[in-house]
Amino acid sequence: MSNNCNAGNKTYSQTLDLVKGKVEMVHGSGGKAMAQLIDELFLKAFSNKWLEQMNDQACFQLPAGNVVMATDSHVISPLFFPGGDIGCLSVHGTVNDVAMSGAVPKYLSAGFILEEGYPLADLQKIVTSMAQAAEDAGVHIVTGDTKVVERGKGDGCFISTTGIGVVPEGISMGAERVSVGDKIIVSGSLGDHGVAIMSLRENLTFETTIESDTQSLNDLVASMVDVVPDIHCLRDPTRGGLSATLNEIAQQSNVGMQIYETQLPIKPQVNAACEFLGLDPLFVANEGKLVAFCPPDKADQLLAAMRQHPKGKDAAIIGEVFEDDLNFVQMETAFGGNRMVDWINGEQLPRIC
Amino acid sequence: MKYVNEYRDGALAKEIADKIRQEVNPDREYNFMEFCGGHTHAIFRYGIPDLLPANVNMIHGPGCPVCVLPIPRLDAAIELAVTHKVILCSYGDMLRVPGSRKRSLLKAKAEGADVRMVYSCMDALRIAQENPDQEVVFFAIGFETTTPPTALVIEQALKLGLKNFTVYCNHVLTPAAISNILESPEVRELGVLPLDGFVGPAHVSTVIGSQPYYYFAEEYQKPVVIAGFEPLDVLQAILMLVRQINEGRAEVENEFARAVTYEGNPRAKQVVADTFELRRSFEWRGLGVVPYSALKIKQKYAQFDAEKRFTVDYRSTRENKSCECGAILRGVKSPRDCTLFGDPCTPENPLGSCMVSSEGACAAYYSYGRYQDRTFASDKSHPAA
Repeated sequence: MSNNCNAGNKTYSQTLDLVKGKVEMVHGSGGKAMAQLIDELFLKAFSNKWLEQMNDQACFQLPAGNVVMATDSHVISPLFFPGGDIGCLSVHGTVNDVAMSGAVPKYLSAGFILEEGYPLADLQKIVTSMAQAAEDAGVHIVTGDTKVVERGKGDGCFISTTGIGVVPEGISMGAERVSVGDKIIVSGSLGDHGVAIMSLRENLTFETTIESDTQSLNDLVASMVDVVPDIHCLRDPTRGGLSATLNEIAQQSNVGMQIYETQLPIKPQVNAACEFLGLDPLFVANEGKLVAFCPPDKADQLLAAMRQHPKGKDAAIIGEVFEDDLNFVQMETAFGGNRMVDWINGEQLPRIC
Repeated sequence: MKYVNEYRDGALAKEIADKIRQEVNPDREYNFMEFCGGHTHAIFRYGIPDLLPANVNMIHGPGCPVCVLPIPRLDAAIELAVTHKVILCSYGDMLRVPGSRKRSLLKAKAEGADVRMVYSCMDALRIAQENPDQEVVFFAIGFETTTPPTALVIEQALKLGLKNFTVYCNHVLTPAAISNILESPEVRELGVLPLDGFVGPAHVSTVIGSQPYYYFAEEYQKPVVIAGFEPLDVLQAILMLVRQINEGRAEVENEFARAVTYEGNPRAKQVVADTFELRRSFEWRGLGVVPYSALKIKQKYAQFDAEKRFTVDYRSTRENKSCECGAILRGVKSPRDCTLFGDPCTPENPLGSCMVSSEGACAAYYSYGRYQDRTFASDKSHPAA
């Protein structure tokens, strides 16, 4: 490889050392080193016409319909975990937040906060993983930003992404639409992401075959709205798990919910890990699952459509919405009793996403 | 991992619940105390009260380790972290319990103290090895279940020749607490606390065995059924207690025979006896000063005793006057009797220790049983569980 690298319209005396090189303060200083990092790492990976214009902003047109926008910051530790890494997670997280409105996600921005000394080889892995995730989800990363903080002031790499999407005509979803009688459907097994992360944490290390479920859900959502455009609400149960999502929506729409423990899709390994860590799988985070609220007469049709999609093959109807001024979420236990499904209390696991 | 769901089988639960319903005498009440917080948690988490007839009442006992620790000893632990600047290690729930002036170990941590949550006391030992220039204190709490690991860690610290590791010992004894409840005026004279029998401890009994309970059965004529922490264990134990009452028996029975023997675990008992000795008395939250109810580190391990290495004050404090944790721990009141319950005392903002740990009656009731509030709104006299 030549010592002179020509990318974009700039020439650098040395190519970026993506094997042994480290992030340096100059990579965030606005000078040539930063330009080179952008050229040789980010531009190369995310390559698209908007980014290549090298403007401070991306200029694009959107198809007709309501535009939605969502943002998500990612501080997960560790940066690489079974089933994914912070790169693909930062794409999936925002794509899913956009998609939960029924929108088709189109464009992403990406902001990086890098710590001085972070290996460029790892950064490349993260960026490559982001690019792949964006391609898989059919979105483009069209603008971005890079900052570097001194060693010890960050934790390797933080990524903030913002997404824009367009809601197709005739689709209107939101917690305010959840109504008494609605069926509650989850798209697959619960708690996989949280348990995968926990298995790597300091002083908790245990062996598990569980991988994070991190994935984009916009294709699943598209196939769902195709069949049942009148879905009332979608949400992805990330931090705080299913319990936080159900409680949030119960309060927002001033209803109660009843779910059935025997209907919850939870892998035996996740159950086992939660058991010995003293956790409730309902509180454990997911990164590739959604909860749908759907009119009762459409529920079976929606469930069938979800199960036909690979990302919804384990989908299940887990309960229904009822009238309740106190907005309680209750669960009939597999044991035969009833109990509350309350908000998670305290910090179960910091920096899960 | 097997045996996660086997003891939670709904069909079997229904069978046992049906038997309980058939066998109870409708003309009387059955009042059983589950001593352990682990049982309290299981009762609420699996919705066991829904499976019981209305005349079978569960009374929640004091067996929640963080609940019974008196505030002055928690204050002392906070002082160790703040004033003596030690690395203070303890189990998760302990960090959130409010001490005096609403201070907790977690708040001390936010203000800069080095407080660490550990899953095992061995982690505290490892932290001491990794930080040879800093004092590391393991804030040891709990009943007979967590005592043997603390003893082993002290033994290990001696072997390793650690100079920067000590234990702030707050281990307490189950039989002393049961005696205290049975001797209390509420049970013996006033009749405020009708008590027909005990669901006996699970994990504690794996260590001490079933032998210590024979005294209670005989002396106080109260049946004891030792039960595991799984919901089927609890339900089966309740059936066994109902049968004893119906037949006029007051015996020790062991439902948890898969883990508990008559003698218990001799190796665990030995290491505890080697390391600890009885304290003449110890203050319990709720029960007050109970003679010979706790352990302290023996003189031969004095170098690992935080109470000897550091000057820690034991300042009596006044608890929040409205907080009913004390009466709830004695089984005299139920969480719903407390005027603070739910407003302002919640698991996010606990004012008393029973609202902190998932084994605490208030937290278990709040997190799992609150939907029954509708019933309470119309009928305040109904018992909590």
